Amino acid sequence: MPLLEVNGLSKSYQPGNPILKDVSFSVEEGEFVAVIGPSGAGKSTMLRCLNRMVDIGEGQVFFDGKDVGAQNKRGLRDVRKNIGMVFQHYNLVPRLTVIENVLHGRFGYKSTLQGVLGRFTEAEKRKAFELLEKLGIAEHAYKRCDQLSGGQQQRVGICRALIQDPKIILCDEPIASLDPNSSKVIMDHLKTISIEFGITCIVNLHQVDVAKDYANRIIGLKKGEVVFDGPSLLLTPQFTDEIYGMKTAVETRELITV
Amino acid sequence: MQQITQQPSVIRHTRAGKINIRSGNRVSIVLRATLWTLGALTVLAFFFFDYTGFRPLQAIPETLYNLKAMFLEPKLSHFGWGEAAMQVAITLGLGALATVFGAVFAFFLALGAAENLSVPWLSKSIRVVVAFVRAVPTVLWVLIFAIAAGLGSEAAVLGMLFHSVAYLVKAFSEAFEEVDPKILEALRSTGAGWWQTVVHGVLPSTFTYLLSWTFLRFEINFSVAVAMGAAAGAGGIGFELFMASGFYFDLREVGMITYMILAVAIVLEVFSTRLKSRVYSAD
Amino acid sequence: MNETVLKKRKFQMTMLFLGVIVLTYLSAWVTDYGFVSSLEAVPGAMLWMASNLLVNGEALGKLPDIMEKLLETVFMSIAATTIAAALSLFLAIMGSKTTMVNRAFGAVSRFVASLSRNIPVVAWSLILLLSFGQNSVTGFLALFVGTVGFLTRAFIETIDEAALGSVEALRATGATYWQIVSKAVVPQGLPQMVSWVLFMIETNIRSATLVGILTGTGIGYMFDMYYKTMNYEVVALITITIVLAVILIELLSTRIRKVIL
Repeated sequence: MPLLEVNGLSKSYQPGNPILKDVSFSVEEGEFVAVIGPSGAGKSTMLRCLNRMVDIGEGQVFFDGKDVGAQNKRGLRDVRKNIGMVFQHYNLVPRLTVIENVLHGRFGYKSTLQGVLGRFTEAEKRKAFELLEKLGIAEHAYKRCDQLSGGQQQRVGICRALIQDPKIILCDEPIASLDPNSSKVIMDHLKTISIEFGITCIVNLHQVDVAKDYANRIIGLKKGEVVFDGPSLLLTPQFTDEIYGMKTAVETRELITV
Repeated sequence: MQQITQQPSVIRHTRAGKINIRSGNRVSIVLRATLWTLGALTVLAFFFFDYTGFRPLQAIPETLYNLKAMFLEPKLSHFGWGEAAMQVAITLGLGALATVFGAVFAFFLALGAAENLSVPWLSKSIRVVVAFVRAVPTVLWVLIFAIAAGLGSEAAVLGMLFHSVAYLVKAFSEAFEEVDPKILEALRSTGAGWWQTVVHGVLPSTFTYLLSWTFLRFEINFSVAVAMGAAAGAGGIGFELFMASGFYFDLREVGMITYMILAVAIVLEVFSTRLKSRVYSAD
Repeated sequence: MNETVLKKRKFQMTMLFLGVIVLTYLSAWVTDYGFVSSLEAVPGAMLWMASNLLVNGEALGKLPDIMEKLLETVFMSIAATTIAAALSLFLAIMGSKTTMVNRAFGAVSRFVASLSRNIPVVAWSLILLLSFGQNSVTGFLALFVGTVGFLTRAFIETIDEAALGSVEALRATGATYWQIVSKAVVPQGLPQMVSWVLFMIETNIRSATLVGILTGTGIGYMFDMYYKTMNYEVVALITITIVLAVILIELLSTRIRKVIL
């Protein structure tokens, strides 16, 4: 049984203007999947349908054998705590310390009261420090997040996702706001995580080259439809051109070199 | 959860030997201290209160009954609709006069108070005076002027003027200080004098802000004018409110007057919110 | 093209100034306001203040009484603001689009805030005076009600600009609503909210004087009493103590603001 299965997923915010059209694919445990496509192709919406941050329109999403769309509040919470999420703008609480932000990843396991009082076990705290050390930012643990660089903040975001002990990590444009050096660091870390911990990763990217370098498998989205789904090696320039349209492909390449 | 083998050396511990996750920096200490102090003072406050004639068991149902009479059965009985409109107009007029005069005075004073347009000693001294003026409650200014100038619109407007000027000087001078230094430099390099710099550089780039602040002050001045009518006998709808509640004890009339004030205040608020969002979306 | 824009602008400015002048004259006519007499009044008033508002030894004897009433007023403002802040925080969380539970709660909370903000404090004091009588509780409640409206609006703005990203991230980890509010929204917005609370305490001390005159409590009542008996030496002393108290609190909150913001 695949870890994640998407069946005929469709979604529209306004009637007659669909964002996703009949998207189907499945992801096995341990895969590193890149989702590429021009902006507005529906990458972000699709990713958010997987953990129901956006309500599923039509179709079904199965995660770990559970129908995500059919879960009640508590069931959804159980689904979400097994799914880590990393964002383009990091989405940390800027005024809190790095360590506090990392521990936020444990809320899914706690009662409301425990969370509100900020009760974390020593094991959780040690685990948080261990993760920070692994991503090379342990010395910043007591700094406020708004004092960190973008690349460092994204690493905090990854730690927050990892401390959930997730089965899968969803990354929404994790390097779109970063410089090339930090981008490389972040992508290397994601790759390491997927190999070392065996955590499945789905990463939205708009840089085709990065996707080909890191992912085992690429899903190409165009106007809400899957136009490519296969091993990275098979993504030929023809497919890239189809996904982005001739002209935009050139522009995208320029963007990467800049 | 995975087992941990080594412990990173950066971990800090609390006195109880647990891992510390708080930053313990100055910001959070001051924040915490402020909140605790405010909480403690609030609890303490109830020991300082004067409870003369306070009977909560009677007062609460009575208030509910009064509120019902006021807001569900409002009615004018001591004056008609024409008179009421006139009184609202008087209150608006007092507010408008104080705002217009205030804006004019504040404009010139703010030029003196803005650090990028003025000299340090002038800007400092204007700020000190403004801080003093702001610290005296408006009602005291009005009452003090009432002794010297006699009770009437003159005293009310002069008293309200003081606060309007102080408020607007602060707002205007901050707007002036945000003018792009490059604009000023460019104008100065062409040999423009101080006044020319102000008229051609500062005024055009800040005018909409000044307008929006002035209107906001008008909104405030309307409710100040209501207050002055009630507390300092400055006339207008506030005085009628005072008479209805303190003299005739006519709850229904109090309710009607409150509705009228509320209607005007909401119209002003909506207008000034619109103006503000237009100003901020323009740049 | 450019010239027509410039011309249009000039026309608009002229209309605006004409409008303001007409408005001013209209206001003066409605309120029976004399421009000349008010100009004449200023030097007289200044002179009067300089010669009458002088503290003397006899007035200083009243200082303990004054301090007691002033303290009562300051405490009343702090208590009203702090308790109002707690309620406002709740209303703002319900009313902000980021953290709203549902539309109905949101609309109700914004309606309550608008009502409390737009009915002037004077009206509240007079309404409450009728049933609560002449005591501190009346003044406290009047300030409290007015403050709730103002702070709710300010807090909603604070929450809206503080919390968007982290709220999404915490929802994705499976955090519950109150975990998100208490660990992402509140910590991020707290410094700005405390700053608003401090601002409101300053404002409320000044309003408390007004409310005091109307409800017969605190320093406002004392001012009114000596004012009506024309004991201007004490009036001056009371004014000075109020000014000192307000400036002291303003300095203190400026320092706190500098650290936390």
